[in-house]
Amino acid sequence: MSATQATVDWTNDFDAERIRADFPILRTDPDKPLVFLDSAASAQKPQQVIDAISDCYSREYANIHRGVYDLSARATAMFEGVRESVQRFIGAAQAREIVFVRNTTEAINLVASAYGRANVGPGDEVLITEMEHHSNIVPWQMLCEQTGASLRVAPIDDRGALCMQGFCDRLTERTKIVAVAHVSNALGTVNPVVEIARLAHARGAVVVLDGAQAVPHQAVDVGELDCDFYAFSGHKLFGPSGVGVLYGRASILSKMPPYQGGGSMIRSVTFEKTTYEDIPHRFEAGTPDIAGVAGLGAAIDYVTGIGLDRIARYESDLLEYATASLAKVPGLRMIGTAPEKVSVSSFVMEDVHPHDVGTILDQYGIAVRTGHHCAQPVMQHFDVPATIRASLALYNTRGDVDALVAGLLRVRELFG
Amino acid sequence: MSAELRELYQSVILDHNKKPRNFRELAVANRTAAGVNPLCGDSVTIYLVVEDGVITDVGFQGSGCAISTASASLMTEAVKGRSVAEAERIFADFHTMVTSDPKTDAVHESELGKLSVFSGVREFPMRVKCATLAWHTMNEALHEGEETVTTE
Repeated sequence: MSATQATVDWTNDFDAERIRADFPILRTDPDKPLVFLDSAASAQKPQQVIDAISDCYSREYANIHRGVYDLSARATAMFEGVRESVQRFIGAAQAREIVFVRNTTEAINLVASAYGRANVGPGDEVLITEMEHHSNIVPWQMLCEQTGASLRVAPIDDRGALCMQGFCDRLTERTKIVAVAHVSNALGTVNPVVEIARLAHARGAVVVLDGAQAVPHQAVDVGELDCDFYAFSGHKLFGPSGVGVLYGRASILSKMPPYQGGGSMIRSVTFEKTTYEDIPHRFEAGTPDIAGVAGLGAAIDYVTGIGLDRIARYESDLLEYATASLAKVPGLRMIGTAPEKVSVSSFVMEDVHPHDVGTILDQYGIAVRTGHHCAQPVMQHFDVPATIRASLALYNTRGDVDALVAGLLRVRELFG
Repeated sequence: MSAELRELYQSVILDHNKKPRNFRELAVANRTAAGVNPLCGDSVTIYLVVEDGVITDVGFQGSGCAISTASASLMTEAVKGRSVAEAERIFADFHTMVTSDPKTDAVHESELGKLSVFSGVREFPMRVKCATLAWHTMNEALHEGEETVTTE
Protein backbone atom coordinates (compact mmCIF):
# COMPACT_ATOMS: atom_id res chain seq x y z
CA MET A 1 0.00 0.00 0.00
CA SER A 2 1.26 3.38 -0.89
CA ALA A 3 0.60 6.64 0.88
CA THR A 4 -3.08 7.05 1.64
CA GLN A 5 -4.99 9.40 -0.57
CA ALA A 6 -7.81 11.36 0.99
CA THR A 7 -10.91 10.12 -0.77
CA VAL A 8 -12.84 13.32 -0.31
CA ASP A 9 -12.79 16.51 -2.32
CA TRP A 10 -11.85 19.07 0.27
CA THR A 11 -12.35 22.05 -1.93
CA ASN A 12 -15.80 22.33 -0.38
CA ASP A 13 -16.55 23.19 3.19
CA PHE A 14 -15.44 20.95 5.99
CA ASP A 15 -17.68 17.90 6.20
CA ALA A 16 -17.29 16.31 9.60
CA GLU A 17 -19.78 13.56 8.80
CA ARG A 18 -17.63 12.35 5.93
CA ILE A 19 -14.61 12.42 8.21
CA ARG A 20 -16.44 10.48 10.87
CA ALA A 21 -17.16 7.76 8.33
CA ASP A 22 -13.39 7.17 8.14
CA PHE A 23 -13.22 6.28 11.85
CA PRO A 24 -14.59 2.77 12.50
CA ILE A 25 -14.77 3.25 16.27
CA LEU A 26 -17.20 6.14 15.85
CA ARG A 27 -19.71 3.92 14.09
CA THR A 28 -19.47 0.61 15.93
CA ASP A 29 -22.85 0.74 17.66
CA PRO A 30 -25.58 2.90 16.09
CA ASP A 31 -27.78 2.46 19.16
CA LYS A 32 -25.13 3.78 21.51
CA PRO A 33 -23.13 6.40 19.63
CA LEU A 34 -19.73 7.22 21.03
CA VAL A 35 -19.23 10.87 21.88
CA PHE A 36 -15.47 10.85 22.05
CA LEU A 37 -14.11 13.99 23.68
CA ASP A 38 -10.72 12.75 24.81
CA SER A 39 -8.57 13.14 21.73
CA ALA A 40 -6.03 15.19 23.66
CA ALA A 41 -5.20 12.01 25.59
CA SER A 42 -5.12 9.88 22.46
CA ALA A 43 -6.98 10.30 19.19
CA GLN A 44 -9.01 7.69 17.34
CA LYS A 45 -7.69 6.17 14.12
CA PRO A 46 -9.07 6.45 10.60
CA GLN A 47 -9.39 3.34 8.43
CA GLN A 48 -6.50 4.64 6.31
CA VAL A 49 -4.13 4.37 9.28
CA ILE A 50 -5.46 0.96 10.30
CA ASP A 51 -5.03 -0.25 6.71
CA ALA A 52 -1.49 1.09 6.46
CA ILE A 53 -0.47 -0.87 9.56
CA SER A 54 -2.26 -3.97 8.38
CA ASP A 55 -0.78 -3.68 4.87
CA CYS A 56 2.69 -3.23 6.28
CA TYR A 57 2.42 -6.51 8.16
CA SER A 58 0.58 -8.24 5.34
CA ARG A 59 2.76 -7.23 2.43
CA GLU A 60 5.76 -5.04 3.22
CA TYR A 61 7.19 -6.23 6.48
CA ALA A 62 10.82 -7.05 7.19
CA ASN A 63 13.44 -5.46 9.37
CA ILE A 64 14.88 -2.26 7.99
CA HIS A 65 18.44 -1.15 7.19
CA ARG A 66 19.63 -4.77 7.30
CA GLY A 67 18.63 -7.27 4.68
CA VAL A 68 19.88 -7.27 1.10
CA TYR A 69 16.67 -8.92 0.02
CA ASP A 70 13.89 -7.06 -1.72
CA LEU A 71 11.36 -7.15 1.12
CA SER A 72 13.79 -5.50 3.52
CA ALA A 73 14.65 -2.92 0.89
CA ARG A 74 10.97 -2.10 0.42
CA ALA A 75 10.36 -1.83 4.17
CA THR A 76 13.41 0.42 4.45
CA ALA A 77 12.18 2.59 1.60
CA MET A 78 8.78 2.91 3.26
CA PHE A 79 10.39 3.81 6.59
CA GLU A 80 12.69 6.42 5.10
CA GLY A 81 9.83 7.70 2.95
CA VAL A 82 7.81 8.44 6.06
CA ARG A 83 10.82 10.28 7.45
CA GLU A 84 10.61 12.55 4.42
CA SER A 85 6.85 12.93 4.93
CA VAL A 86 7.48 14.05 8.49
CA GLN A 87 10.15 16.44 7.27
CA ARG A 88 7.67 18.08 4.89
CA PHE A 89 4.88 17.93 7.47
CA ILE A 90 6.77 20.06 9.99
CA GLY A 91 8.87 22.06 7.55
CA ALA A 92 12.24 20.65 8.58
CA ALA A 93 15.15 21.54 6.30
CA GLN A 94 16.48 17.98 6.07
CA ALA A 95 15.11 14.46 6.56
CA ARG A 96 18.05 13.58 8.80
CA GLU A 97 16.70 16.05 11.36
CA ILE A 98 13.79 13.66 11.97
CA VAL A 99 14.37 11.02 14.66
CA PHE A 100 11.76 8.33 15.24
CA VAL A 101 11.08 7.68 18.92
CA ARG A 102 8.29 6.06 20.92
CA ASN A 103 6.42 9.24 21.79
CA THR A 104 6.81 12.84 22.92
CA THR A 105 7.97 11.72 26.34
CA GLU A 106 10.83 9.74 24.88
CA ALA A 107 11.74 12.62 22.57
CA ILE A 108 12.07 15.02 25.51
CA ASN A 109 14.00 12.48 27.53
CA LEU A 110 16.34 12.02 24.57
CA VAL A 111 17.08 15.74 24.48
CA ALA A 112 17.46 15.96 28.26
CA SER A 113 19.87 13.01 28.30
CA ALA A 114 21.89 13.41 25.14
CA TYR A 115 21.95 17.19 24.74
CA GLY A 116 21.43 18.09 28.37
CA ARG A 117 24.13 16.04 30.00
CA ALA A 118 26.69 17.21 27.45
CA ASN A 119 25.79 20.89 27.63
CA VAL A 120 24.34 21.66 31.05
CA GLY A 121 26.44 21.96 34.19
CA PRO A 122 26.40 23.26 37.76
CA GLY A 123 24.96 26.77 38.01
CA ASP A 124 23.19 26.50 34.66
CA GLU A 125 19.43 26.76 34.38
CA VAL A 126 16.63 25.07 32.50
CA LEU A 127 13.55 27.23 32.01
CA ILE A 128 10.10 25.70 31.66
CA THR A 129 6.59 27.04 32.30
CA GLU A 130 3.97 26.42 34.94
CA MET A 131 1.62 24.87 32.37
CA GLU A 132 3.89 21.98 31.32
CA HIS A 133 2.83 18.34 31.14
CA HIS A 134 4.79 16.17 33.58
CA SER A 135 6.76 14.84 30.62
CA ASN A 136 8.19 18.32 30.07
CA ILE A 137 8.95 18.77 33.78
CA VAL A 138 10.34 15.53 35.14
CA PRO A 139 13.09 14.90 32.53
CA TRP A 140 14.45 18.39 33.24
CA GLN A 141 14.26 17.85 36.99
CA MET A 142 16.22 14.65 36.54
CA LEU A 143 18.77 16.48 34.37
CA CYS A 144 19.13 19.20 36.99
CA GLU A 145 19.65 16.63 39.73
CA GLN A 146 22.33 14.91 37.67
CA THR A 147 24.18 18.05 36.62
CA GLY A 148 23.73 20.51 39.48
CA ALA A 149 21.69 22.85 37.30
CA SER A 150 18.49 24.57 38.49
CA LEU A 151 14.98 24.35 37.12
CA ARG A 152 13.22 27.70 36.70
CA VAL A 153 9.50 28.00 36.09
CA ALA A 154 7.81 30.85 34.22
CA PRO A 155 4.39 31.58 35.71
CA ILE A 156 0.98 31.60 34.04
CA ASP A 157 -1.83 34.06 34.66
CA ASP A 158 -5.37 33.27 35.74
CA ARG A 159 -6.50 32.75 32.16
CA GLY A 160 -3.85 30.09 31.76
CA ALA A 161 -1.69 32.23 29.46
CA LEU A 162 2.05 32.48 29.92
CA CYS A 163 3.21 35.65 31.72
CA MET A 164 5.78 36.91 29.25
CA GLN A 165 7.26 39.32 31.79
CA GLY A 166 7.70 36.44 34.22
CA PHE A 167 9.27 34.41 31.44
CA CYS A 168 11.71 37.17 30.53
CA ASP A 169 12.61 37.72 34.19
CA ARG A 170 13.71 34.10 34.47
CA LEU A 171 15.58 34.00 31.16
CA THR A 172 19.22 34.80 31.92
CA GLU A 173 22.70 34.13 30.60
CA ARG A 174 22.64 31.02 32.81
CA THR A 175 19.65 29.59 30.90
CA LYS A 176 20.90 26.76 28.71
CA ILE A 177 17.59 25.17 27.72
CA VAL A 178 14.10 26.61 27.34
CA ALA A 179 11.48 23.84 27.18
CA VAL A 180 7.91 24.91 26.54
CA ALA A 181 4.65 23.35 25.39
CA HIS A 182 3.60 24.66 22.00
CA VAL A 183 0.04 23.99 23.21
CA SER A 184 -0.95 23.17 26.80
CA ASN A 185 -2.67 19.80 27.20
CA ALA A 186 -4.61 20.81 30.31
CA LEU A 187 -5.64 24.32 29.26
CA GLY A 188 -5.48 24.42 25.48
CA THR A 189 -3.34 27.56 25.61
CA VAL A 190 -1.25 28.20 22.50
CA ASN A 191 2.05 29.69 23.59
CA PRO A 192 3.80 32.49 21.66
CA VAL A 193 6.59 30.12 20.71
CA VAL A 194 8.09 32.28 17.96
CA GLU A 195 8.63 35.06 20.48
CA ILE A 196 9.85 32.55 23.08
CA ALA A 197 12.40 31.14 20.64
CA ARG A 198 13.60 34.61 19.65
CA LEU A 199 14.08 35.65 23.29
CA ALA A 200 15.75 32.36 24.23
CA HIS A 201 18.15 32.44 21.30
CA ALA A 202 19.11 36.00 22.16
CA ARG A 203 20.29 34.61 25.50
CA GLY A 204 22.07 31.70 23.86
CA ALA A 205 19.67 28.99 25.06
CA VAL A 206 18.36 26.16 22.91
CA VAL A 207 14.61 25.85 22.51
CA VAL A 208 12.72 22.59 22.97
CA LEU A 209 9.04 22.62 22.03
CA ASP A 210 6.59 19.97 23.18
CA GLY A 211 4.32 19.83 20.16
CA ALA A 212 2.16 16.87 21.22
CA GLN A 213 -1.02 18.95 21.45
CA ALA A 214 -0.21 21.27 18.55
CA VAL A 215 0.30 19.03 15.52
CA PRO A 216 -3.25 17.58 15.44
CA HIS A 217 -4.76 21.06 15.36
CA GLN A 218 -2.65 23.42 13.28
CA ALA A 219 0.07 23.56 10.66
CA VAL A 220 3.52 23.52 12.22
CA ASP A 221 6.67 24.77 10.53
CA VAL A 222 9.81 24.35 12.61
CA GLY A 223 11.63 26.72 10.28
CA GLU A 224 9.17 29.50 11.02
CA LEU A 225 9.15 28.68 14.72
CA ASP A 226 12.96 28.66 14.65
CA CYS A 227 13.07 26.08 17.46
CA ASP A 228 16.00 23.73 18.00
CA PHE A 229 13.95 20.69 18.98
CA TYR A 230 10.32 19.81 18.38
CA ALA A 231 8.64 16.71 19.80
CA PHE A 232 5.31 15.06 19.03
CA SER A 233 3.51 11.73 19.25
CA GLY A 234 1.86 9.75 16.48
CA HIS A 235 -1.07 8.63 18.59
CA LYS A 236 -2.46 12.10 19.16
CA LEU A 237 -2.24 12.76 15.41
CA PHE A 238 -4.64 9.90 14.56
CA GLY A 239 -1.66 7.59 14.09
CA PRO A 240 -0.68 4.55 16.13
CA SER A 241 0.66 4.59 19.67
CA GLY A 242 4.30 3.59 20.05
CA VAL A 243 5.75 5.99 17.50
CA GLY A 244 6.68 9.62 17.89
CA VAL A 245 9.03 12.16 16.40
CA LEU A 246 11.88 14.28 17.59
CA TYR A 247 12.96 17.03 15.25
CA GLY A 248 16.42 18.35 16.00
CA ARG A 249 18.29 21.10 14.16
CA ALA A 250 21.02 19.25 12.24
CA SER A 251 23.84 21.47 13.51
CA ILE A 252 22.90 20.61 17.10
CA LEU A 253 21.78 17.02 16.61
CA SER A 254 24.98 16.05 14.81
CA LYS A 255 27.10 17.15 17.79
CA MET A 256 25.06 15.20 20.32
CA PRO A 257 26.25 11.91 21.81
CA PRO A 258 23.94 8.89 21.42
CA TYR A 259 20.96 8.38 23.70
CA GLN A 260 20.75 4.58 23.77
CA GLY A 261 23.33 2.09 22.56
CA GLY A 262 22.57 -0.93 20.44
CA GLY A 263 22.02 -2.11 16.91
CA SER A 264 21.37 0.32 14.04
CA MET A 265 23.12 3.22 15.75
CA ILE A 266 26.70 2.02 15.21
CA ARG A 267 29.16 2.21 12.33
CA SER A 268 31.58 -0.33 13.73
CA VAL A 269 31.90 -2.17 17.00
CA THR A 270 34.94 -3.76 18.58
CA PHE A 271 35.42 -4.41 22.26
CA GLU A 272 37.93 -1.58 22.30
CA LYS A 273 35.97 1.08 20.51
CA THR A 274 32.62 1.70 18.86
CA THR A 275 31.97 4.40 16.32
CA TYR A 276 28.49 5.75 15.88
CA GLU A 277 26.24 6.26 12.92
CA ASP A 278 25.39 9.70 11.61
CA ILE A 279 22.14 11.37 12.53
CA PRO A 280 19.33 10.40 12.66
CA HIS A 281 20.27 6.70 12.98
CA ARG A 282 22.61 7.43 15.90
CA PHE A 283 19.46 8.03 17.95
CA GLU A 284 17.51 5.04 16.71
CA ALA A 285 19.06 2.08 18.49
CA GLY A 286 17.32 -1.24 18.01
CA THR A 287 14.48 -2.27 15.75
CA PRO A 288 11.94 0.53 15.69
CA ASP A 289 8.15 0.34 15.40
CA ILE A 290 8.23 -0.24 11.65
CA ALA A 291 4.51 -0.74 11.12
CA GLY A 292 3.89 2.16 13.50
CA VAL A 293 5.94 4.40 11.23
CA ALA A 294 3.84 3.20 8.29
CA GLY A 295 0.76 4.16 10.28
CA LEU A 296 2.22 7.54 11.15
CA GLY A 297 2.88 8.17 7.47
CA ALA A 298 -0.76 7.39 6.70
CA ALA A 299 -1.91 9.68 9.50
CA ILE A 300 0.17 12.55 8.14
CA ASP A 301 -1.22 11.92 4.66
CA TYR A 302 -4.70 11.88 6.15
CA VAL A 303 -4.51 15.25 7.90
CA THR A 304 -2.55 16.94 5.13
CA GLY A 305 -5.09 15.58 2.62
CA ILE A 306 -7.78 17.43 4.52
CA GLY A 307 -5.54 20.41 5.18
CA LEU A 308 -4.32 21.58 8.58
CA ASP A 309 -5.56 25.09 7.97
CA ARG A 310 -9.03 23.78 7.17
CA ILE A 311 -8.95 21.62 10.30
CA ALA A 312 -7.86 24.61 12.38
CA ARG A 313 -10.71 26.76 11.04
CA TYR A 314 -13.29 24.04 11.69
CA GLU A 315 -12.05 23.40 15.22
CA SER A 316 -11.89 27.08 16.01
CA ASP A 317 -15.57 27.38 15.14
CA LEU A 318 -16.34 24.27 17.17
CA LEU A 319 -14.44 25.63 20.18
CA GLU A 320 -16.38 28.87 19.98
CA TYR A 321 -19.62 26.90 19.96
CA ALA A 322 -18.46 24.69 22.87
CA THR A 323 -17.36 27.67 24.95
CA ALA A 324 -20.71 29.41 24.46
CA SER A 325 -22.68 26.20 25.14
CA LEU A 326 -20.74 25.29 28.30
CA ALA A 327 -21.23 28.82 29.66
CA LYS A 328 -24.95 28.00 29.94
CA VAL A 329 -24.39 25.10 32.36
CA PRO A 330 -25.11 26.33 35.91
CA GLY A 331 -22.11 26.33 38.24
CA LEU A 332 -19.58 25.53 35.53
CA ARG A 333 -16.22 27.28 35.71
CA MET A 334 -13.82 27.18 32.77
CA ILE A 335 -10.18 26.51 33.60
CA GLY A 336 -8.11 27.94 30.81
CA THR A 337 -9.47 30.98 29.00
CA ALA A 338 -6.35 32.21 27.23
CA PRO A 339 -7.02 34.30 24.13
CA GLU A 340 -5.09 31.85 21.95
CA LYS A 341 -6.45 28.33 22.42
CA VAL A 342 -6.97 25.09 20.59
CA SER A 343 -10.18 23.10 20.98
CA VAL A 344 -9.66 21.97 24.56
CA SER A 345 -12.25 22.85 27.21
CA SER A 346 -11.14 22.21 30.76
CA PHE A 347 -13.64 22.99 33.49
CA VAL A 348 -14.95 22.21 36.96
CA MET A 349 -18.50 22.07 38.28
CA GLU A 350 -19.54 23.59 41.56
CA ASP A 351 -20.03 20.97 44.30
CA VAL A 352 -19.41 18.02 42.00
CA HIS A 353 -16.07 16.25 41.80
CA PRO A 354 -14.75 15.75 38.25
CA HIS A 355 -14.64 11.97 38.71
CA ASP A 356 -18.33 11.83 39.46
CA VAL A 357 -18.97 13.94 36.37
CA GLY A 358 -16.84 11.56 34.30
CA THR A 359 -18.69 8.48 35.51
CA ILE A 360 -22.09 10.01 34.84
CA LEU A 361 -21.14 11.27 31.37
CA ASP A 362 -19.78 7.83 30.55
CA GLN A 363 -23.20 6.37 31.20
CA TYR A 364 -24.42 8.50 28.31
CA GLY A 365 -21.64 7.34 26.02
CA ILE A 366 -19.60 10.53 26.47
CA ALA A 367 -15.88 9.99 27.00
CA VAL A 368 -14.10 12.89 28.69
CA ARG A 369 -10.88 12.96 30.64
CA THR A 370 -11.12 13.71 34.33
CA GLY A 371 -8.16 14.16 36.60
CA HIS A 372 -5.01 16.24 36.73
CA HIS A 373 -4.04 15.56 33.08
CA CYS A 374 -0.42 14.92 34.09
CA ALA A 375 -0.19 18.62 34.87
CA GLN A 376 -0.48 18.79 38.65
CA PRO A 377 1.16 22.26 38.87
CA VAL A 378 -1.65 23.60 36.67
CA MET A 379 -4.21 22.12 39.08
CA GLN A 380 -2.34 23.75 41.98
CA HIS A 381 -2.33 27.10 40.21
CA PHE A 382 -6.10 27.04 39.84
CA ASP A 383 -6.57 25.43 43.26
CA VAL A 384 -8.61 22.52 41.96
CA PRO A 385 -7.93 18.81 42.59
CA ALA A 386 -8.78 17.89 39.03
CA THR A 387 -10.74 19.13 36.04
CA ILE A 388 -13.06 17.70 33.44
CA ARG A 389 -11.48 18.05 30.02
CA ALA A 390 -13.41 17.83 26.78
CA SER A 391 -10.99 17.92 23.87
CA LEU A 392 -12.36 18.24 20.37
CA ALA A 393 -10.80 16.93 17.20
CA LEU A 394 -11.61 17.04 13.52
CA TYR A 395 -14.23 14.28 13.85
CA ASN A 396 -16.24 16.02 16.56
CA THR A 397 -19.41 17.94 15.80
CA ARG A 398 -21.75 20.47 17.37
CA GLY A 399 -23.92 17.44 18.13
CA ASP A 400 -21.14 16.08 20.35
CA VAL A 401 -21.01 19.40 22.19
CA ASP A 402 -24.80 19.33 22.63
CA ALA A 403 -24.58 15.79 24.04
CA LEU A 404 -21.92 16.95 26.50
CA VAL A 405 -24.04 19.86 27.67
CA ALA A 406 -27.10 17.60 28.05
CA GLY A 407 -24.98 15.18 30.08
CA LEU A 408 -23.73 17.97 32.32
CA LEU A 409 -27.29 19.13 32.94
CA ARG A 410 -28.10 15.56 34.06
CA VAL A 411 -25.16 15.77 36.47
CA ARG A 412 -26.58 19.01 37.81
CA GLU A 413 -29.94 17.34 38.21
CA LEU A 414 -28.47 14.41 40.17
CA PHE A 415 -26.24 16.47 42.43
CA GLY A 416 -28.62 19.39 42.85
CA MET B 1 -31.05 8.27 34.11
CA SER B 2 -29.83 4.68 34.05
CA ALA B 3 -30.57 2.21 36.81
CA GLU B 4 -26.84 1.69 37.36
CA LEU B 5 -26.31 5.41 37.94
CA ARG B 6 -29.21 5.62 40.39
CA GLU B 7 -27.76 2.60 42.15
CA LEU B 8 -24.30 4.20 42.33
CA TYR B 9 -25.43 7.63 43.43
CA GLN B 10 -28.06 6.68 45.97
CA SER B 11 -29.48 9.47 48.09
CA VAL B 12 -27.55 8.28 51.15
CA ILE B 13 -24.29 8.68 49.23
CA LEU B 14 -25.25 12.10 47.92
CA ASP B 15 -26.24 13.16 51.43
CA HIS B 16 -22.97 12.01 53.00
CA ASN B 17 -21.04 13.70 50.19
CA LYS B 18 -22.77 16.98 50.88
CA LYS B 19 -22.67 16.71 54.66
CA PRO B 20 -19.88 14.33 55.60
CA ARG B 21 -20.13 13.02 59.17
CA ASN B 22 -17.16 13.07 61.56
CA PHE B 23 -15.37 15.38 59.12
CA ARG B 24 -12.83 16.71 61.56
CA GLU B 25 -9.30 16.34 62.74
CA LEU B 26 -9.08 14.60 66.11
CA ALA B 27 -6.36 16.23 68.17
CA VAL B 28 -6.54 13.35 70.65
CA ALA B 29 -6.18 10.64 68.00
CA ASN B 30 -3.64 7.96 68.84
CA ARG B 31 -3.72 6.38 65.39
CA THR B 32 -3.63 8.34 62.13
CA ALA B 33 -2.82 7.57 58.53
CA ALA B 34 -2.95 9.48 55.25
CA GLY B 35 -4.01 7.92 51.99
CA VAL B 36 -3.94 9.10 48.39
CA ASN B 37 -5.21 7.77 45.12
CA PRO B 38 -2.42 8.79 42.72
CA LEU B 39 -4.69 8.26 39.74
CA CYS B 40 -7.10 11.02 40.65
CA GLY B 41 -5.45 12.89 43.50
CA ASP B 42 -8.09 12.01 46.07
CA SER B 43 -6.64 12.29 49.56
CA VAL B 44 -7.90 11.34 52.99
CA THR B 45 -6.51 11.39 56.50
CA ILE B 46 -8.08 9.11 59.09
CA TYR B 47 -7.90 9.87 62.82
CA LEU B 48 -8.67 7.14 65.34
CA VAL B 49 -8.84 6.98 69.07
CA VAL B 50 -8.28 3.34 70.03
CA GLU B 51 -8.63 2.37 73.69
CA ASP B 52 -8.39 -1.22 74.93
CA GLY B 53 -8.89 -2.54 71.42
CA VAL B 54 -12.00 -0.42 70.81
CA ILE B 55 -12.36 2.49 68.36
CA THR B 56 -13.89 5.08 70.66
CA ASP B 57 -13.70 7.99 68.24
CA VAL B 58 -12.94 8.52 64.59
CA GLY B 59 -12.66 11.47 62.22
CA PHE B 60 -11.46 12.20 58.73
CA GLN B 61 -10.25 15.06 56.55
CA GLY B 62 -9.47 15.25 52.90
CA SER B 63 -10.89 15.87 49.47
CA GLY B 64 -12.29 13.58 46.87
CA CYS B 65 -15.21 12.57 44.74
CA ALA B 66 -18.69 11.81 46.06
CA ILE B 67 -17.97 8.10 46.30
CA SER B 68 -14.77 8.50 48.29
CA THR B 69 -16.15 11.23 50.56
CA ALA B 70 -19.37 9.34 51.31
CA SER B 71 -17.45 6.12 51.82
CA ALA B 72 -15.17 7.77 54.38
CA SER B 73 -18.14 9.38 56.11
CA LEU B 74 -20.19 6.18 56.32
CA MET B 75 -17.12 4.25 57.39
CA THR B 76 -16.61 6.51 60.39
CA GLU B 77 -20.20 5.85 61.46
CA ALA B 78 -19.82 2.12 60.90
CA VAL B 79 -16.66 1.62 62.95
CA LYS B 80 -17.20 4.04 65.82
CA GLY B 81 -17.64 2.04 69.04
CA ARG B 82 -16.51 -1.19 67.38
CA SER B 83 -13.55 -3.30 68.34
CA VAL B 84 -10.55 -3.30 66.03
CA ALA B 85 -11.34 -6.89 65.09
CA GLU B 86 -14.94 -5.96 64.21
CA ALA B 87 -13.79 -2.99 62.13
CA GLU B 88 -11.44 -5.23 60.19
CA ARG B 89 -14.23 -7.71 59.54
CA ILE B 90 -16.52 -4.94 58.27
CA PHE B 91 -13.72 -3.77 55.98
CA ALA B 92 -13.28 -7.30 54.64
CA ASP B 93 -17.02 -7.62 53.96
CA PHE B 94 -17.14 -4.17 52.40
CA HIS B 95 -14.18 -4.95 50.17
CA THR B 96 -15.77 -8.20 49.07
CA MET B 97 -19.00 -6.39 48.25
CA VAL B 98 -17.49 -3.68 46.06
CA THR B 99 -15.13 -6.02 44.21
CA SER B 100 -17.50 -8.95 43.71
CA ASP B 101 -18.80 -9.94 40.31
CA PRO B 102 -22.25 -8.37 39.87
CA LYS B 103 -23.30 -11.24 37.59
CA THR B 104 -22.58 -14.12 39.92
CA ASP B 105 -22.19 -12.90 43.49
CA ALA B 106 -25.07 -11.90 45.73
CA VAL B 107 -24.67 -9.00 48.12
CA HIS B 108 -25.31 -9.87 51.77
CA GLU B 109 -26.77 -6.51 52.61
CA SER B 110 -27.91 -7.40 56.07
CA GLU B 111 -24.35 -7.86 57.32
CA LEU B 112 -23.23 -4.46 56.09
CA GLY B 113 -26.31 -2.45 57.00
CA LYS B 114 -26.10 1.11 55.72
CA LEU B 115 -22.82 0.39 53.93
CA SER B 116 -24.69 -1.72 51.41
CA VAL B 117 -25.51 1.52 49.56
CA PHE B 118 -22.08 1.04 48.01
CA SER B 119 -23.05 -2.23 46.33
CA GLY B 120 -23.60 -0.28 43.09
CA VAL B 121 -19.87 0.51 42.94
CA ARG B 122 -19.10 -2.98 41.69
CA GLU B 123 -20.77 -2.07 38.39
CA PHE B 124 -18.09 0.61 38.00
CA PRO B 125 -14.64 -1.02 38.28
CA MET B 126 -12.93 2.36 37.73
CA ARG B 127 -14.53 3.62 40.94
CA VAL B 128 -13.70 0.77 43.34
CA LYS B 129 -10.59 2.57 44.53
CA CYS B 130 -12.66 5.65 45.34
CA ALA B 131 -14.87 3.55 47.61
CA THR B 132 -12.03 1.72 49.35
CA LEU B 133 -9.48 4.52 49.88
CA ALA B 134 -10.73 5.50 53.33
CA TRP B 135 -10.93 1.86 54.38
CA HIS B 136 -7.40 1.04 53.28
CA THR B 137 -6.24 4.14 55.09
CA MET B 138 -8.07 3.21 58.30
CA ASN B 139 -6.57 -0.25 58.09
CA GLU B 140 -3.15 1.33 57.83
CA ALA B 141 -3.85 3.52 60.86
CA LEU B 142 -4.97 0.51 62.86
CA HIS B 143 -1.72 -1.21 62.04
CA GLU B 144 0.29 1.89 62.83
CA GLY B 145 1.87 2.07 59.40
CA GLU B 146 4.26 4.91 58.90
CA GLU B 147 3.94 5.24 55.16
CA THR B 148 1.35 7.02 53.07
CA VAL B 149 -1.24 4.59 51.81
CA THR B 150 -1.94 4.40 48.13
CA THR B 151 -4.63 2.51 46.34
CA GLU B 152 -2.11 1.16 43.84
